[in-house]
Amino acid sequence: MPSKKELLDLQFIDVRHKLIDIAAFLDRIDRHPGELDHRYEALKNALPILLTDRPDRASAVLESFSDHTTTMTQSAPFQGTSGAFKH
Amino acid sequence: MKYIEPHGHMISRTTDDYEKLALSGCEAVCEPAFWAGFDRASAAGFYDYFRQLTDYEPKRAAKYGIKHYSWLCINPKEADDPGFAREVMSIIPQFLDCPTVLGIGEIGLNKNTRNELAIFEEHVQLALDRGLPILIHTPHLEDKLKGTRLILDSLASFSNLDRGKVIIDHVEEHTISHVLDAGYWAGMTLYPESKCSPHRAIDMLEVYGTERLWINSACDWGYSDPLAVPRCALEMKKRQHSAEAITQIIYHNPRRFLSQSPRFI
Repeated sequence: MPSKKELLDLQFIDVRHKLIDIAAFLDRIDRHPGELDHRYEALKNALPILLTDRPDRASAVLESFSDHTTTMTQSAPFQGTSGAFKH
Repeated sequence: MKYIEPHGHMISRTTDDYEKLALSGCEAVCEPAFWAGFDRASAAGFYDYFRQLTDYEPKRAAKYGIKHYSWLCINPKEADDPGFAREVMSIIPQFLDCPTVLGIGEIGLNKNTRNELAIFEEHVQLALDRGLPILIHTPHLEDKLKGTRLILDSLASFSNLDRGKVIIDHVEEHTISHVLDAGYWAGMTLYPESKCSPHRAIDMLEVYGTERLWINSACDWGYSDPLAVPRCALEMKKRQHSAEAITQIIYHNPRRFLSQSPRFI
């Protein structure tokens, strides 16, 4: 199993790139006109999870985007997914 | 390096992709029935689809020395119309004795509806009646957690189900422990934008072990990579996983699960 240093050597540049992409996306959203929707709110709610010390951040982020309701409809009122549950 | 692609929608791929798979060491590809990207106009469309899966596609793969197997069902999305779904299901038995059909799949849920769940359970019963393995699709993105819970609850009601003959696919970090803890196999799908990245799949292998896990590309008509499995193997090597551990996850594990069908050779 690689050490922390070896993982940083392997993946830091890639993760740095992805983090800057997220920052640039937030800047881009701010700069452009129009209304936001539930996906932006879900993204903002997920970001603080990254700064916690819990060992299951990936799972927690996925759960934050998830539908936690227990009701079922007979058939689908719409098709497709947005990536974030609309409360 | 030899490997098995346990979940690939090859009817959506070009013959060039078969050559790439062969050059990468792929010995066998297994193709579950799925949504074509549009709803079929009639059950006859599925008849032709099942002919393609059981007759034409094995021949196309064989030209590159790759064995092709299939799983049959009506997919969860079109299963939301139960009348139509049952019409399609009435066609399936005549294809189940084809020499390359492994079992029932990929059944499951899409939008977590009662209609989808009813058809899912009828498929499970069909598999039980025939003694066939089952491959289960879990919903996309925000619907996955709820759908996985519903599927597990439903499966628990089948008292004579051998959980070792069921694989629940497309697990992610928030669903994998639910599936493994209940005694089922779990599949991790490597997609460029959704589902798992190779890094995350390897994380889950490191956390949960390799006992009942496989990885697949689920390559189809969307943004996907038919070489995702060998790319993940390369990432495993970079992360100092042994050659034996890599072979275990990309070859021996799918072989062990799939060999529960006597047709998988």
